[in-house]
Amino acid sequence: MGKRAAIIGTGQTNHCSTREDVNEMELVYEAATAALKDAEMTIKDIDAVVLANMELFEGRALHDMWCGEGAGALLKHSFKISTGGTSGTSGAISGYYHVASGLFDRVMVVGFEKHSDGNTSAGMALTDPFWDRHIAAAAIGNFALSVSEYMADRGVTEEQSAKVAVKARRNACNNPHAHLQMPDLTVEEVLESPILAYPVRRLEMCPQSDGACAIIFASEEIAKKSCARPAWVRAAVTRHDHIYLGEVKNRLTTMRSLREAAKVAYEIVGIREPLKEFDVAEIYDPLTYAEIAWYEALGFCKDGEGGKLIDNGVTHMDGELPVNPSGGVISTNPVGASGTIRVAEGALQIHGMGGKRQIPDVNLALVTGYGVYCWSDVLVLSSKPG
Amino acid sequence: MNDHVERMVLQGKVDLPFTYSAGKTASRFFVELRDHQRIMGKRCPRCQRVIVPAQLFCKECFVETDEWVEVGPEGTLVTFTIVYRKENHHPKEAPFAYGIIKLDGADTSMVHFLGETDVTKLEHGMKVRAFFSEERKGHILDIECFRPIS
Repeated sequence: MGKRAAIIGTGQTNHCSTREDVNEMELVYEAATAALKDAEMTIKDIDAVVLANMELFEGRALHDMWCGEGAGALLKHSFKISTGGTSGTSGAISGYYHVASGLFDRVMVVGFEKHSDGNTSAGMALTDPFWDRHIAAAAIGNFALSVSEYMADRGVTEEQSAKVAVKARRNACNNPHAHLQMPDLTVEEVLESPILAYPVRRLEMCPQSDGACAIIFASEEIAKKSCARPAWVRAAVTRHDHIYLGEVKNRLTTMRSLREAAKVAYEIVGIREPLKEFDVAEIYDPLTYAEIAWYEALGFCKDGEGGKLIDNGVTHMDGELPVNPSGGVISTNPVGASGTIRVAEGALQIHGMGGKRQIPDVNLALVTGYGVYCWSDVLVLSSKPG
Repeated sequence: MNDHVERMVLQGKVDLPFTYSAGKTASRFFVELRDHQRIMGKRCPRCQRVIVPAQLFCKECFVETDEWVEVGPEGTLVTFTIVYRKENHHPKEAPFAYGIIKLDGADTSMVHFLGETDVTKLEHGMKVRAFFSEERKGHILDIECFRPIS
Protein backbone atom coordinates (compact mmCIF):
# COMPACT_ATOMS: atom_id res chain seq x y z
CA MET A 1 0.00 0.00 0.00
CA GLY A 2 1.38 3.39 -0.99
CA LYS A 3 1.37 6.58 1.05
CA ARG A 4 -1.65 8.86 0.93
CA ALA A 5 -1.73 11.43 -1.85
CA ALA A 6 -4.23 14.11 -2.86
CA ILE A 7 -4.90 16.59 -5.63
CA ILE A 8 -4.56 20.10 -4.24
CA GLY A 9 -4.64 22.23 -7.38
CA THR A 10 -5.77 22.16 -11.01
CA GLY A 11 -5.46 24.47 -14.00
CA GLN A 12 -6.89 24.39 -17.50
CA THR A 13 -6.59 26.43 -20.64
CA ASN A 14 -9.73 27.44 -22.45
CA HIS A 15 -10.19 24.66 -24.97
CA CYS A 16 -11.18 25.37 -28.57
CA SER A 17 -10.50 24.20 -32.11
CA THR A 18 -7.52 26.47 -32.79
CA ARG A 19 -5.31 28.38 -30.38
CA GLU A 20 -3.15 30.32 -32.85
CA ASP A 21 -2.09 32.76 -30.13
CA VAL A 22 0.15 30.17 -28.49
CA ASN A 23 2.49 27.44 -29.64
CA GLU A 24 2.33 24.05 -27.99
CA MET A 25 4.84 24.74 -25.22
CA GLU A 26 3.08 28.01 -24.39
CA LEU A 27 -0.22 26.13 -24.13
CA VAL A 28 1.42 23.83 -21.58
CA TYR A 29 2.81 26.86 -19.73
CA GLU A 30 -0.68 28.37 -19.51
CA ALA A 31 -2.12 25.28 -17.79
CA ALA A 32 0.91 24.81 -15.53
CA THR A 33 0.87 28.40 -14.26
CA ALA A 34 -2.92 28.19 -13.70
CA ALA A 35 -2.47 25.06 -11.55
CA LEU A 36 0.37 26.65 -9.56
CA LYS A 37 -1.85 29.67 -8.91
CA ASP A 38 -4.73 27.42 -7.81
CA ALA A 39 -2.45 25.53 -5.40
CA GLU A 40 -0.81 28.80 -4.26
CA MET A 41 2.63 27.50 -5.20
CA THR A 42 5.54 28.54 -7.38
CA ILE A 43 7.44 26.27 -9.73
CA LYS A 44 10.21 26.00 -7.10
CA ASP A 45 7.81 24.04 -4.88
CA ILE A 46 7.39 21.28 -7.49
CA ASP A 47 9.64 18.20 -7.08
CA ALA A 48 8.70 16.32 -10.24
CA VAL A 49 6.81 16.81 -13.49
CA VAL A 50 4.87 14.26 -15.53
CA LEU A 51 3.83 15.09 -19.09
CA ALA A 52 1.04 13.34 -20.97
CA ASN A 53 0.47 13.60 -24.72
CA MET A 54 -0.66 11.56 -27.70
CA GLU A 55 2.41 10.94 -29.83
CA LEU A 56 2.59 12.34 -33.36
CA PHE A 57 -0.78 14.11 -33.44
CA GLU A 58 1.06 17.43 -33.69
CA GLY A 59 3.78 16.22 -36.01
CA ARG A 60 6.46 16.22 -33.35
CA ALA A 61 8.15 13.38 -31.56
CA LEU A 62 9.62 13.58 -28.06
CA HIS A 63 7.12 15.98 -26.52
CA ASP A 64 8.86 15.92 -23.18
CA MET A 65 11.78 17.52 -24.99
CA TRP A 66 9.75 20.21 -26.77
CA CYS A 67 7.19 20.98 -24.09
CA GLY A 68 8.78 20.00 -20.77
CA GLU A 69 10.06 23.50 -20.10
CA GLY A 70 6.50 24.79 -20.48
CA ALA A 71 5.58 22.61 -17.51
CA GLY A 72 8.55 23.93 -15.55
CA ALA A 73 10.43 20.64 -15.84
CA LEU A 74 13.79 22.40 -16.29
CA LEU A 75 16.40 20.52 -14.22
CA LYS A 76 13.67 18.62 -12.38
CA HIS A 77 12.77 14.93 -12.23
CA SER A 78 10.54 14.50 -15.29
CA PHE A 79 8.77 11.79 -17.30
CA LYS A 80 6.44 11.56 -20.28
CA ILE A 81 3.51 9.17 -20.47
CA SER A 82 2.10 8.34 -23.88
CA THR A 83 -0.67 5.75 -23.95
CA GLY A 84 -3.01 7.19 -26.59
CA GLY A 85 -6.29 8.49 -25.18
CA THR A 86 -5.44 7.21 -21.71
CA SER A 87 -2.28 9.37 -21.67
CA GLY A 88 -4.00 12.00 -19.53
CA THR A 89 -5.34 9.59 -16.91
CA SER A 90 -2.20 7.44 -17.02
CA GLY A 91 -0.15 10.61 -16.52
CA ALA A 92 -2.29 11.43 -13.49
CA ILE A 93 -1.87 7.88 -12.19
CA SER A 94 1.89 8.30 -12.63
CA GLY A 95 1.75 11.58 -10.69
CA TYR A 96 -0.12 9.76 -7.94
CA TYR A 97 2.46 6.94 -7.92
CA HIS A 98 5.26 9.50 -7.54
CA VAL A 99 3.71 10.86 -4.34
CA ALA A 100 2.39 7.50 -3.09
CA SER A 101 5.91 6.09 -3.36
CA GLY A 102 7.04 8.56 -0.72
CA LEU A 103 9.86 9.77 -2.94
CA PHE A 104 8.21 13.05 -3.97
CA ASP A 105 5.99 15.49 -2.07
CA ARG A 106 4.65 17.78 -4.81
CA VAL A 107 4.22 16.55 -8.35
CA MET A 108 2.73 18.37 -11.32
CA VAL A 109 1.07 16.48 -14.17
CA VAL A 110 0.34 18.27 -17.43
CA GLY A 111 -1.74 16.66 -20.18
CA PHE A 112 -1.83 18.54 -23.48
CA GLU A 113 -2.68 18.35 -27.15
CA LYS A 114 -2.61 20.95 -29.89
CA HIS A 115 -4.76 19.24 -32.47
CA SER A 116 -4.78 22.26 -34.78
CA ASP A 117 -1.04 21.75 -35.38
CA GLY A 118 -1.57 18.31 -36.79
CA ASN A 119 -3.68 15.67 -38.36
CA THR A 120 -4.97 12.84 -36.21
CA SER A 121 -5.57 10.48 -39.12
CA ALA A 122 -1.97 10.98 -40.19
CA GLY A 123 -0.82 10.34 -36.63
CA MET A 124 -2.86 7.18 -36.40
CA ALA A 125 -1.56 6.07 -39.79
CA LEU A 126 1.72 5.43 -38.00
CA THR A 127 0.28 2.54 -35.98
CA ASP A 128 0.88 -1.13 -36.78
CA PRO A 129 2.32 -1.35 -40.31
CA PHE A 130 1.17 -4.86 -41.22
CA TRP A 131 -2.57 -5.16 -40.59
CA ASP A 132 -4.88 -2.25 -39.59
CA ARG A 133 -2.97 0.53 -41.32
CA HIS A 134 -4.02 -0.64 -44.75
CA ILE A 135 -7.70 -1.17 -43.92
CA ALA A 136 -9.03 0.63 -40.85
CA ALA A 137 -10.40 4.20 -40.91
CA ALA A 138 -8.75 5.49 -37.73
CA ALA A 139 -10.69 6.33 -34.53
CA ILE A 140 -14.12 7.01 -36.01
CA GLY A 141 -14.18 3.97 -38.28
CA ASN A 142 -12.96 1.68 -35.53
CA PHE A 143 -15.58 3.00 -33.12
CA ALA A 144 -18.25 2.59 -35.76
CA LEU A 145 -17.44 -1.12 -36.01
CA SER A 146 -17.99 -1.54 -32.28
CA VAL A 147 -21.05 0.72 -32.13
CA SER A 148 -22.68 -1.28 -34.89
CA GLU A 149 -22.09 -4.46 -32.88
CA TYR A 150 -23.19 -2.83 -29.60
CA MET A 151 -26.51 -1.63 -31.07
CA ALA A 152 -27.28 -5.04 -32.50
CA ASP A 153 -26.37 -6.83 -29.28
CA ARG A 154 -27.92 -4.52 -26.66
CA GLY A 155 -30.70 -2.76 -28.55
CA VAL A 156 -29.43 0.73 -27.71
CA THR A 157 -31.18 3.27 -29.97
CA GLU A 158 -30.10 6.26 -32.04
CA GLU A 159 -32.35 8.48 -29.90
CA GLN A 160 -30.63 7.34 -26.71
CA SER A 161 -27.28 8.11 -28.28
CA ALA A 162 -28.49 11.56 -29.35
CA LYS A 163 -29.70 12.28 -25.81
CA VAL A 164 -26.14 11.74 -24.56
CA ALA A 165 -24.88 14.30 -27.09
CA VAL A 166 -27.51 16.84 -25.97
CA LYS A 167 -26.71 16.28 -22.28
CA ALA A 168 -22.98 16.71 -22.90
CA ARG A 169 -23.16 19.91 -24.98
CA ARG A 170 -25.69 21.48 -22.60
CA ASN A 171 -23.57 20.62 -19.53
CA ALA A 172 -20.61 22.16 -21.37
CA CYS A 173 -22.39 25.54 -21.23
CA ASN A 174 -21.74 25.58 -17.48
CA ASN A 175 -18.01 25.01 -18.03
CA PRO A 176 -16.07 28.09 -19.14
CA HIS A 177 -13.22 25.89 -20.41
CA ALA A 178 -15.39 23.66 -22.65
CA HIS A 179 -14.99 23.65 -26.44
CA LEU A 180 -18.48 22.76 -27.78
CA GLN A 181 -21.09 24.69 -25.82
CA MET A 182 -24.47 24.17 -27.48
CA PRO A 183 -27.33 25.32 -25.23
CA ASP A 184 -30.03 24.77 -27.84
CA LEU A 185 -28.92 21.43 -29.28
CA THR A 186 -31.79 18.98 -29.83
CA VAL A 187 -32.05 15.23 -30.35
CA GLU A 188 -33.39 15.93 -33.85
CA GLU A 189 -30.36 18.01 -34.79
CA VAL A 190 -28.02 15.27 -33.63
CA LEU A 191 -29.93 12.70 -35.69
CA GLU A 192 -29.86 14.98 -38.73
CA SER A 193 -26.08 15.45 -38.59
CA PRO A 194 -24.17 13.60 -41.31
CA ILE A 195 -23.02 10.02 -40.83
CA LEU A 196 -19.23 9.91 -40.60
CA ALA A 197 -19.02 6.12 -40.58
CA TYR A 198 -22.14 4.02 -40.18
CA PRO A 199 -23.81 4.31 -37.68
CA VAL A 200 -21.83 7.17 -36.08
CA ARG A 201 -22.99 10.74 -36.77
CA ARG A 202 -20.94 13.89 -36.58
CA LEU A 203 -22.65 15.31 -33.47
CA GLU A 204 -22.23 11.99 -31.67
CA MET A 205 -18.44 12.16 -31.92
CA CYS A 206 -15.94 14.14 -29.83
CA PRO A 207 -14.29 17.19 -31.43
CA GLN A 208 -10.57 17.83 -31.87
CA SER A 209 -9.44 20.56 -29.49
CA ASP A 210 -6.38 22.56 -28.53
CA GLY A 211 -5.91 22.48 -24.79
CA ALA A 212 -3.89 21.59 -21.74
CA CYS A 213 -4.69 20.67 -18.17
CA ALA A 214 -2.42 20.54 -15.13
CA ILE A 215 -2.92 18.83 -11.78
CA ILE A 216 -0.82 19.11 -8.64
CA PHE A 217 -0.54 16.07 -6.35
CA ALA A 218 0.75 16.43 -2.81
CA SER A 219 1.70 14.18 0.08
CA GLU A 220 -0.62 13.88 3.08
CA GLU A 221 1.16 16.39 5.26
CA ILE A 222 1.30 19.06 2.57
CA ALA A 223 -2.24 18.40 1.33
CA LYS A 224 -3.73 18.79 4.80
CA LYS A 225 -1.77 21.98 5.42
CA SER A 226 -2.35 23.72 2.10
CA CYS A 227 -5.80 22.67 0.83
CA ALA A 228 -9.19 23.12 2.50
CA ARG A 229 -10.71 20.06 0.81
CA PRO A 230 -8.03 17.89 -0.82
CA ALA A 231 -9.20 15.30 -3.37
CA TRP A 232 -7.63 12.11 -2.07
CA VAL A 233 -6.74 9.39 -4.56
CA ARG A 234 -8.32 6.25 -3.15
CA ALA A 235 -7.76 3.96 -6.13
CA ALA A 236 -5.91 4.15 -9.45
CA VAL A 237 -6.10 1.17 -11.77
CA THR A 238 -5.09 0.70 -15.40
CA ARG A 239 -5.82 -2.22 -17.75
CA HIS A 240 -4.86 -2.81 -21.39
CA ASP A 241 -6.66 -5.26 -23.66
CA HIS A 242 -5.59 -6.72 -27.02
CA ILE A 243 -4.61 -4.17 -29.59
CA TYR A 244 -5.79 -5.98 -32.73
CA LEU A 245 -9.52 -5.34 -33.15
CA GLY A 246 -10.08 -8.81 -34.50
CA GLU A 247 -8.82 -10.26 -31.25
CA VAL A 248 -11.00 -8.17 -28.87
CA LYS A 249 -14.29 -9.88 -28.26
CA ASN A 250 -17.33 -7.54 -28.19
CA ARG A 251 -15.22 -4.48 -27.57
CA LEU A 252 -17.81 -1.82 -26.70
CA THR A 253 -20.44 -4.32 -25.56
CA THR A 254 -18.17 -5.87 -22.97
CA MET A 255 -15.33 -3.36 -22.53
CA ARG A 256 -13.36 -5.90 -20.59
CA SER A 257 -10.51 -3.54 -19.69
CA LEU A 258 -12.86 -0.95 -18.14
CA ARG A 259 -14.94 -3.60 -16.40
CA GLU A 260 -11.81 -5.16 -14.89
CA ALA A 261 -10.24 -1.84 -13.86
CA ALA A 262 -13.51 -0.72 -12.22
CA LYS A 263 -13.90 -4.02 -10.40
CA VAL A 264 -10.44 -3.73 -8.87
CA ALA A 265 -10.87 -0.03 -8.00
CA TYR A 266 -14.25 -0.67 -6.37
CA GLU A 267 -12.75 -3.52 -4.31
CA ILE A 268 -9.93 -1.26 -3.09
CA VAL A 269 -12.37 1.43 -1.92
CA GLY A 270 -15.16 -0.95 -0.87
CA ILE A 271 -17.78 0.23 -3.35
CA ARG A 272 -20.71 -2.13 -3.90
CA GLU A 273 -23.36 0.09 -5.47
CA PRO A 274 -21.57 2.60 -7.68
CA LEU A 275 -24.73 4.39 -8.86
CA LYS A 276 -25.71 5.12 -5.26
CA GLU A 277 -22.30 5.62 -3.72
CA PHE A 278 -20.63 7.96 -6.22
CA ASP A 279 -21.73 11.60 -6.13
CA VAL A 280 -20.38 12.42 -9.57
CA ALA A 281 -18.59 10.70 -12.46
CA GLU A 282 -16.27 12.20 -15.07
CA ILE A 283 -15.89 9.45 -17.64
CA TYR A 284 -13.92 9.49 -20.88
CA ASP A 285 -16.71 9.42 -23.48
CA PRO A 286 -15.10 9.58 -26.94
CA LEU A 287 -18.56 9.26 -28.47
CA THR A 288 -22.16 9.01 -27.28
CA TYR A 289 -22.55 5.26 -27.61
CA ALA A 290 -19.40 4.69 -25.56
CA GLU A 291 -20.88 6.64 -22.66
CA ILE A 292 -23.90 4.33 -22.60
CA ALA A 293 -21.67 1.26 -22.85
CA TRP A 294 -19.47 2.58 -20.04
CA TYR A 295 -22.56 2.91 -17.76
CA GLU A 296 -22.89 -0.85 -18.10
CA ALA A 297 -19.17 -1.65 -17.81
CA LEU A 298 -18.90 0.57 -14.71
CA GLY A 299 -21.81 -1.21 -13.05
CA PHE A 300 -24.21 1.76 -12.95
CA CYS A 301 -26.85 -0.63 -14.30
CA LYS A 302 -27.27 -4.15 -15.63
CA ASP A 303 -25.96 -5.02 -19.07
CA GLY A 304 -28.38 -3.78 -21.72
CA GLU A 305 -29.92 -1.11 -19.46
CA GLY A 306 -27.51 1.75 -20.21
CA GLY A 307 -29.98 3.37 -22.58
CA LYS A 308 -32.60 3.54 -19.83
CA LEU A 309 -30.28 5.60 -17.63
CA ILE A 310 -30.13 8.35 -20.22
CA ASP A 311 -33.86 8.01 -21.00
CA ASN A 312 -34.69 8.47 -17.32
CA GLY A 313 -32.28 11.35 -16.72
CA VAL A 314 -30.35 9.37 -14.10
CA THR A 315 -27.02 10.76 -15.34
CA HIS A 316 -28.19 14.35 -15.89
CA MET A 317 -27.04 17.21 -13.65
CA ASP A 318 -30.03 16.68 -11.35
CA GLY A 319 -30.05 12.88 -11.63
CA GLU A 320 -28.98 10.25 -9.12
CA LEU A 321 -25.43 10.16 -10.55
CA PRO A 322 -24.50 13.16 -12.71
CA VAL A 323 -22.10 12.01 -15.43
CA ASN A 324 -19.76 14.62 -16.94
CA PRO A 325 -20.98 17.95 -15.56
CA SER A 326 -18.01 19.37 -17.50
CA GLY A 327 -19.52 18.32 -20.83
CA GLY A 328 -17.10 15.42 -21.13
CA VAL A 329 -14.86 14.44 -24.00
CA ILE A 330 -17.81 14.73 -26.40
CA SER A 331 -17.61 18.48 -25.76
CA THR A 332 -13.86 18.94 -25.31
CA ASN A 333 -11.09 16.75 -26.65
CA PRO A 334 -7.44 17.76 -26.59
CA VAL A 335 -6.56 14.03 -26.50
CA GLY A 336 -3.47 14.03 -24.28
CA ALA A 337 -5.29 16.37 -21.89
CA SER A 338 -8.73 14.71 -22.10
CA GLY A 339 -7.95 12.18 -19.36
CA THR A 340 -6.19 14.79 -17.21
CA ILE A 341 -9.28 17.00 -17.54
CA ARG A 342 -11.44 14.14 -16.24
CA VAL A 343 -9.23 13.85 -13.15
CA ALA A 344 -9.10 17.65 -12.68
CA GLU A 345 -12.88 17.91 -13.02
CA GLY A 346 -13.38 15.08 -10.50
CA ALA A 347 -11.00 16.86 -8.10
CA LEU A 348 -12.71 20.24 -8.68
CA GLN A 349 -16.03 18.71 -7.66
CA ILE A 350 -14.47 17.52 -4.38
CA HIS A 351 -12.71 20.85 -3.87
CA GLY A 352 -16.16 22.44 -4.25
CA MET A 353 -14.73 24.75 -6.92
CA GLY A 354 -16.87 23.62 -9.86
CA GLY A 355 -18.68 26.96 -10.28
CA LYS A 356 -21.84 26.57 -12.36
CA ARG A 357 -21.08 22.91 -12.97
CA GLN A 358 -20.65 22.09 -9.26
CA ILE A 359 -22.73 19.18 -7.94
CA PRO A 360 -23.68 19.81 -4.27
CA ASP A 361 -21.79 17.92 -1.56
CA VAL A 362 -19.45 15.74 -3.57
CA ASN A 363 -17.50 13.31 -1.41
CA LEU A 364 -16.81 10.49 -3.86
CA ALA A 365 -15.97 10.92 -7.54
CA LEU A 366 -15.36 8.35 -10.26
CA VAL A 367 -12.94 9.17 -13.07
CA THR A 368 -12.11 7.07 -16.12
CA GLY A 369 -9.81 7.19 -19.10
CA TYR A 370 -10.11 5.45 -22.44
CA GLY A 371 -7.33 4.96 -24.94
CA VAL A 372 -6.07 3.39 -28.13
CA TYR A 373 -8.58 0.69 -29.13
CA CYS A 374 -9.28 -0.83 -25.77
CA TRP A 375 -7.31 0.55 -22.83
CA SER A 376 -8.88 1.79 -19.61
CA ASP A 377 -7.95 3.73 -16.49
CA VAL A 378 -10.15 4.10 -13.41
CA LEU A 379 -9.53 6.48 -10.51
CA VAL A 380 -11.60 7.00 -7.40
CA LEU A 381 -11.26 10.39 -5.69
CA SER A 382 -12.63 11.14 -2.23
CA SER A 383 -12.96 13.99 0.25
CA LYS A 384 -11.76 11.52 2.88
CA PRO A 385 -8.20 10.18 2.96
CA GLY A 386 -9.50 6.68 3.82
CA MET B 1 10.14 -29.70 -42.57
CA ASN B 2 11.72 -26.87 -44.49
CA ASP B 3 10.46 -23.69 -42.84
CA HIS B 4 12.19 -21.32 -45.17
CA VAL B 5 9.78 -18.79 -46.63
CA GLU B 6 10.43 -15.62 -48.47
CA ARG B 7 11.04 -12.78 -45.95
CA MET B 8 8.56 -9.97 -46.51
CA VAL B 9 9.66 -6.38 -45.85
CA LEU B 10 6.95 -3.77 -46.32
CA GLN B 11 7.89 -0.46 -47.88
CA GLY B 12 5.94 2.50 -46.57
CA LYS B 13 5.72 6.24 -46.78
CA VAL B 14 3.25 8.31 -44.75
CA ASP B 15 1.91 11.67 -45.84
CA LEU B 16 1.97 13.88 -42.74
CA PRO B 17 0.50 17.36 -43.20
CA PHE B 18 0.99 19.73 -40.25
CA THR B 19 0.28 23.39 -39.43
CA TYR B 20 2.30 24.55 -36.43
CA SER B 21 0.99 27.64 -34.58
CA ALA B 22 3.99 29.81 -33.73
CA GLY B 23 2.11 31.71 -31.03
CA LYS B 24 2.02 35.49 -30.61
CA THR B 25 5.64 35.88 -29.48
CA ALA B 26 7.34 33.86 -32.21
CA SER B 27 4.89 35.39 -34.69
CA ARG B 28 6.18 38.87 -33.90
CA PHE B 29 9.77 37.58 -34.14
CA PHE B 30 9.02 36.27 -37.65
CA VAL B 31 7.15 39.41 -38.74
CA GLU B 32 10.10 41.57 -37.62
CA LEU B 33 12.45 39.40 -39.66
CA ARG B 34 10.24 39.55 -42.73
CA ASP B 35 9.22 43.20 -42.69
CA HIS B 36 12.18 44.96 -41.04
CA GLN B 37 15.10 42.52 -41.17
CA ARG B 38 15.36 42.88 -37.40
CA ILE B 39 16.27 40.08 -35.00
CA MET B 40 14.30 40.41 -31.78
CA GLY B 41 14.74 39.07 -28.29
CA LYS B 42 12.72 39.51 -25.11
CA ARG B 43 14.02 40.38 -21.66
CA CYS B 44 13.09 38.43 -18.55
CA PRO B 45 11.91 40.87 -15.85
CA ARG B 46 13.42 38.66 -13.15
CA CYS B 47 16.86 37.51 -14.35
CA GLN B 48 17.23 40.31 -16.93
CA ARG B 49 18.48 37.94 -19.63
CA VAL B 50 17.67 38.92 -23.22
CA ILE B 51 16.42 35.67 -24.73
CA VAL B 52 16.85 35.16 -28.51
CA PRO B 53 14.81 34.15 -30.45
CA ALA B 54 12.14 35.93 -28.39
CA GLN B 55 10.21 33.62 -26.04
CA LEU B 56 6.88 34.13 -24.24
CA PHE B 57 8.36 33.10 -20.89
CA CYS B 58 11.75 32.66 -19.27
CA LYS B 59 12.36 28.97 -18.79
CA GLU B 60 14.78 29.62 -15.92
CA CYS B 61 12.46 31.89 -13.91
CA PHE B 62 9.07 30.56 -15.15
CA VAL B 63 7.68 34.08 -15.59
CA GLU B 64 6.54 35.89 -18.75
CA THR B 65 9.10 38.02 -20.54
CA ASP B 66 8.09 41.64 -21.09
CA GLU B 67 10.46 43.99 -22.94
CA TRP B 68 11.21 43.53 -26.66
CA VAL B 69 14.88 44.12 -27.54
CA GLU B 70 16.47 44.31 -30.97
CA VAL B 71 19.75 42.39 -31.10
CA GLY B 72 22.53 41.87 -33.69
CA PRO B 73 22.71 41.72 -36.64
CA GLU B 74 26.35 41.17 -35.66
CA GLY B 75 27.43 38.61 -33.16
CA THR B 76 30.08 36.14 -32.05
CA LEU B 77 30.50 32.63 -33.41
CA VAL B 78 30.38 30.41 -30.31
CA THR B 79 30.93 27.14 -32.17
CA PHE B 80 30.51 25.63 -35.63
CA THR B 81 30.61 22.47 -37.69
CA ILE B 82 30.75 21.60 -41.37
CA VAL B 83 28.57 18.69 -42.46
CA TYR B 84 30.12 16.57 -45.21
CA ARG B 85 27.95 13.46 -45.20
CA LYS B 86 24.88 13.69 -47.46
CA GLU B 87 21.55 12.52 -46.02
CA ASN B 88 17.98 12.76 -47.31
CA HIS B 89 16.60 14.55 -44.26
CA HIS B 90 19.29 17.18 -43.94
CA PRO B 91 18.04 20.74 -44.43
CA LYS B 92 20.66 21.43 -47.10
CA GLU B 93 22.83 19.40 -49.41
CA ALA B 94 26.22 18.74 -47.85
CA PRO B 95 28.72 20.21 -47.54
CA PHE B 96 27.11 22.93 -45.44
CA ALA B 97 28.11 24.71 -42.25
CA TYR B 98 26.07 25.76 -39.25
CA GLY B 99 26.90 27.18 -35.89
CA ILE B 100 25.78 28.72 -32.62
CA ILE B 101 25.85 32.51 -32.71
CA LYS B 102 25.62 34.90 -29.75
CA LEU B 103 24.19 38.09 -31.18
CA ASP B 104 25.34 41.44 -29.81
CA GLY B 105 22.92 42.44 -27.04
CA ALA B 106 21.63 38.90 -26.44
CA ASP B 107 22.23 36.63 -23.45
CA THR B 108 21.33 33.40 -25.23
CA SER B 109 22.57 32.19 -28.60
CA MET B 110 20.82 31.02 -31.73
CA VAL B 111 21.52 28.25 -34.20
CA HIS B 112 21.88 29.10 -37.88
CA PHE B 113 23.62 28.36 -41.15
CA LEU B 114 27.07 29.79 -41.85
CA GLY B 115 27.74 31.03 -45.35
CA GLU B 116 31.28 29.73 -45.27
CA THR B 117 32.28 26.09 -45.67
CA ASP B 118 36.03 26.57 -45.81
CA VAL B 119 37.16 25.38 -42.38
CA THR B 120 40.30 27.51 -42.55
CA LYS B 121 38.11 30.62 -42.65
CA LEU B 122 36.07 29.80 -39.52
CA GLU B 123 37.28 30.44 -35.97
CA HIS B 124 35.69 30.15 -32.55
CA GLY B 125 34.97 33.62 -31.17
CA MET B 126 35.09 35.35 -34.56
CA LYS B 127 32.64 38.11 -35.44
CA VAL B 128 29.83 37.20 -37.82
CA ARG B 129 26.91 39.07 -39.35
CA ALA B 130 23.39 38.05 -40.40
CA PHE B 131 22.54 38.10 -44.11
CA PHE B 132 18.86 38.27 -44.91
CA SER B 133 17.12 36.46 -47.75
CA GLU B 134 15.80 38.49 -50.70
CA GLU B 135 12.41 36.82 -50.47
CA ARG B 136 11.30 36.76 -46.85
CA LYS B 137 8.25 34.81 -45.71
CA GLY B 138 8.20 35.18 -41.91
CA HIS B 139 10.40 32.15 -41.23
CA ILE B 140 13.72 31.40 -39.52
CA LEU B 141 15.24 31.07 -43.01
CA ASP B 142 14.45 34.74 -43.67
CA ILE B 143 17.96 34.94 -42.28
CA GLU B 144 19.86 33.20 -45.08
CA CYS B 145 22.99 32.68 -43.01
CA PHE B 146 25.69 34.30 -40.95
CA ARG B 147 29.00 35.25 -42.60
CA PRO B 148 32.35 36.16 -41.07
CA ILE B 149 33.01 39.90 -40.95
CA SER B 150 36.34 40.41 -42.65
